[in-house]
Amino acid sequence: MTEQFRTTQGSRVDRSKAINFTFNGKNYKGVEGDTLASALIANGVHLVGRSFKTHRPRGILTCGSEEPNAIIQLETGPRSEPNLRATQVELYEGLSAKSVNCWPSVNFDIAAVNAIAGRIFVAGFYYKTFMKPSSLWMTVWEPAIRRMAGLGVLPREKDPDTYDHMNEFCEVMVVGSGPAGLSAALAAGRTGARVVLCDEHPEFGGTLLNTKEIIDGKPAQEWVKTAVAELEAMDNVRLLKRANAFGYYDHNYITVHERRTDHFGPGAKPELTRQRIWHFRSKQVVLATGSHERPLVFADNDRPGTMLAAAGQTYANRYGALPGRRGVVFTNNDSAYSVAIDLVDAGMDIPTVVDLREVVDGDLPNTARKKGIEVITGSGIVATLGRKRVKGVEIATVSSDGSQVTGTKRKIDCDTILSSGGWSPAVHLFSQSIGKLRYDEEKVCFVPNVSSQNERTVGACKGSFDLQSALDEGAAAGAAAAKDTGFGKGKAPASPKALVVEEKPIKAYWVVPTDHPVGQGKRKHFVDFQHDVTAADIMLAAREGMHSVEHMKRYTTTGMATDQGKLSNVNGLAILSSQLEKAIPKVGTTTFRPPYTPVNFGALAGRGINGDLADPVRRTPMYSWHLENGATFEPVGQWQRAWYYPKAGEDMHAAVTRETAALRDGVGILDASTLGKIDIQGKDAAKFLNLIYTNAWLKLPVGMCRYGFMLKEDGMVFDDGVTSRLGENHFHMTTTTGGAAGVLDWLEEYLQTEWPDLEVYCTSVTEEWSTLSIGGPKARQLLEELAPDMDFSNENFPFMAWRDGVVAGVDARVFRISFTGDLSYEINVRNWHGLHLWKKCMELGEKYDITPYGTETMHVLRAEKGFVIVGQETDGTQTPQDLGMDWIVAKKKGDFVGRRSFIREDTARADRKQLVGLMTDNPKEVLTEGAQLTYERVNPTPAPMVGHVTSSYWSPNLDHSIAMALVKDGHNRMGQWIYAHDRGKVTKVKIVSPVFYDPKGERRDG
Amino acid sequence: MLYIKCPFCGDRDETEYHYGGEAHIARPENPDELTDAEWAEYVFMRTNTKGVHRERWVHSDGCRRWFNVARNTVTNEIVSVYKTGEKPDLPEASTSKPAPAKKTSAKKKEGA
Repeated sequence: MTEQFRTTQGSRVDRSKAINFTFNGKNYKGVEGDTLASALIANGVHLVGRSFKTHRPRGILTCGSEEPNAIIQLETGPRSEPNLRATQVELYEGLSAKSVNCWPSVNFDIAAVNAIAGRIFVAGFYYKTFMKPSSLWMTVWEPAIRRMAGLGVLPREKDPDTYDHMNEFCEVMVVGSGPAGLSAALAAGRTGARVVLCDEHPEFGGTLLNTKEIIDGKPAQEWVKTAVAELEAMDNVRLLKRANAFGYYDHNYITVHERRTDHFGPGAKPELTRQRIWHFRSKQVVLATGSHERPLVFADNDRPGTMLAAAGQTYANRYGALPGRRGVVFTNNDSAYSVAIDLVDAGMDIPTVVDLREVVDGDLPNTARKKGIEVITGSGIVATLGRKRVKGVEIATVSSDGSQVTGTKRKIDCDTILSSGGWSPAVHLFSQSIGKLRYDEEKVCFVPNVSSQNERTVGACKGSFDLQSALDEGAAAGAAAAKDTGFGKGKAPASPKALVVEEKPIKAYWVVPTDHPVGQGKRKHFVDFQHDVTAADIMLAAREGMHSVEHMKRYTTTGMATDQGKLSNVNGLAILSSQLEKAIPKVGTTTFRPPYTPVNFGALAGRGINGDLADPVRRTPMYSWHLENGATFEPVGQWQRAWYYPKAGEDMHAAVTRETAALRDGVGILDASTLGKIDIQGKDAAKFLNLIYTNAWLKLPVGMCRYGFMLKEDGMVFDDGVTSRLGENHFHMTTTTGGAAGVLDWLEEYLQTEWPDLEVYCTSVTEEWSTLSIGGPKARQLLEELAPDMDFSNENFPFMAWRDGVVAGVDARVFRISFTGDLSYEINVRNWHGLHLWKKCMELGEKYDITPYGTETMHVLRAEKGFVIVGQETDGTQTPQDLGMDWIVAKKKGDFVGRRSFIREDTARADRKQLVGLMTDNPKEVLTEGAQLTYERVNPTPAPMVGHVTSSYWSPNLDHSIAMALVKDGHNRMGQWIYAHDRGKVTKVKIVSPVFYDPKGERRDG
Repeated sequence: MLYIKCPFCGDRDETEYHYGGEAHIARPENPDELTDAEWAEYVFMRTNTKGVHRERWVHSDGCRRWFNVARNTVTNEIVSVYKTGEKPDLPEASTSKPAPAKKTSAKKKEGA
């Protein structure tokens, strides 16, 4: 097909370089410099999508990131990307795109019947139509709505591209490269300050690329070229194109999404990261983000061929693509007249400008009149003709207050409507920075008022819509911002002279009447195009009590689509305010939140997208052995711990049964290196432990170990572990695997903030030591072989003692502690000896049939003994007494952290949830962890829950299932039967002691 | 994300720190002598300040030192950063109002 709407001269595209592309399966040609949208327009294609709810035909409305209609799915396969704006997609050879939200095609869309059944899609339809019966929601309504209203489709394949993040500092960050932004960057850059200038477009220059402004007597684009060249020559300036500043956070932290390779086509530059997120900390920020033109809200204002006036101007001037053959301009302000003039100059027929203002006598309208354009004042478009493309408009005089059509209708044939309802400063980033807005009655828009951060707003973003103000404000702000960071003297360089044509005031006009009252006939006044919200919907919401703008937004879904209401927010709240008869500033705006434009998840994930770099993985020195010997692994925090070691044909149950038996009958070996370890030294170390732990530490002899609980000040258990006295002023503390970092922080907090007078030093040594736990009746025999010079007799190396020695030829600390109830030794060696020692243990232990076991067997063994795991039996609401461990709380040593809370009313009461064991009636039945417990089998609703199962296992040694649970008043209810509930299944269980195995502790000494 | 000046290491992103709640709440010397209400006041009750709030931070991914920050909870402006054990007066200008656009006061005060 030929580009029937491509002009022959002017513009910034290269007509000599043709680019082939397909849209909705049809082949087209565009040229270098086109966006997908401009290429479609050059080919006369306006119907590009269907609306979200009613599937009305929709056309290209804008030329930028605010586009609500031209939402497309780009490419297919793993690089396919949904919901891109055709107005931002740069054309490349072979591009393939299709419309979203239509089936089977954009031309014939079955769901368009929704438009006929449109009454079900009124404001709040989610809450009204599909509520009852509620049983249908999951099965019928939701899937139906999803099918009908879905946008694009995510690829199922893994993303083949890479993404990265960059962190950067600068003195002055300038967002937006229009006249204001370029001026600011120049002024700041010339001081030598580090400056960043970013812009979402592929070229710098902003609106100067779209219009025919004059600067210093020459086309403004020549000034842009000079300015960019000067900036490019500055080493202290970083220029980012195709880069959306999408978030403005605290302390001038700005995030930018840069599309680095998309314009070359998918996969064309595999050596580069596809997209990048920049994290800037800037001392000063200049926002020059420009403004968005607002559409006028008139009857059937969504027909393809309707576009924003300045967008039409941009397509003609910048891309050499005429929006149509014959267009009617509809406006309430002077800016649209420059559009009419440019379009006539470009070769389009613009017979008429329809102006809502009674008096139109500005310089621009008068120039338009001289070009032979008819200007019809005090009038509006009251109806549009055509369905998949505008065929004409009906115009008539309308009352000044917007209430009614006052004159007779006149029909004008046209294929294009160019509408301008004024301009809304793009205050999104300013608002994200917590800056406060002000409503400007004269300019009919919200403008920045009070800054909250080190930031300045300039140009159209500040409501300064004329070119000279933009240039002046930019230069002044750039120089002042640089000075505040210590660069330059703050004097703005003289800005160039713009040719400014004075504009007459805009007239606020929110809803243009039609021949029936709004909402009471066929014609629809669209406010939010992407979400199909009409003026009538907002009026209905107001009548139904949605008087807050935030309620109206959510009830009607105005501004909640992928365009986030860039075009609809001001119109929507103005309509709400007129319904409530409250001034616009009293109604206020909704909150602007990041991101300003949608950001690809891949970019947010960065290098972490492929998993390996997402989170560090911690492995012990023996990891390779576990891997070679078939271990399965379980993540514990960032650690990979061996879970169990299945032999051929074994499932977990079989492996754990074998491993537990081996430890109780022979000897087992566990890699316990992940346990947190903290080295504590200093003359007040013992005193400090006495304050931190619940039990007494001052008199612990050197060479001995003690198990302790740490509490928070509320008296609740926070961590546990064994701490050993290495010397008079030297301790080795162990913590839970997951709690290590938190415990170290906790110790430091108290040392630094409460007891800075104590001389204690804490050092994390978790990874300095490899820990091997060797347990079982034959453990002593193995240890004696491993360390022939050490004495392992009960007399000289009793339970809860530790000894230095040489084990398997290397220096070691051996601790006689047990988490299994059986005779057990924990051997600590420097981490580089860990694998050696493990292999030596396996070699010497072979004759005892030494069995490596993992965390699952460890859990079963400790549960048989009723040993708690902090974080499994506890959840931060258990005292030591609740756990039946009153013995660990020293009564006479004085104060320690959490002690005072034991006598608080809530902590002291008798009927707290307490740790007990549970035995099922049926020995084979294993309860579900987390199952809720009740005293009675049958309960009223809501049932009085009295606790839950915290741990539950099959115990091979007891040939019975065992469980631990927290039960209200459990300690007083030993022997009673209660009931465990698991999704409708009720199991009768008996409350017993949590110590199921060897209750007298006879196995501990071997 | 806040940008906090650790008194020992300098300016760093918030992600290097952990928040430690309201500052200048000393652990009672003799908890046994307190009523339940007084003890609860220490353990559970904190002010919910709108405006400048003195709070504790720890540079967990840096020097691991605790220190104090005076932060405006409305604007997140950091008015002052000082070491544990100190309690400098705060500048007059610090109120719950949004800070003026151009200010350098925070920088000067941080050395205190």
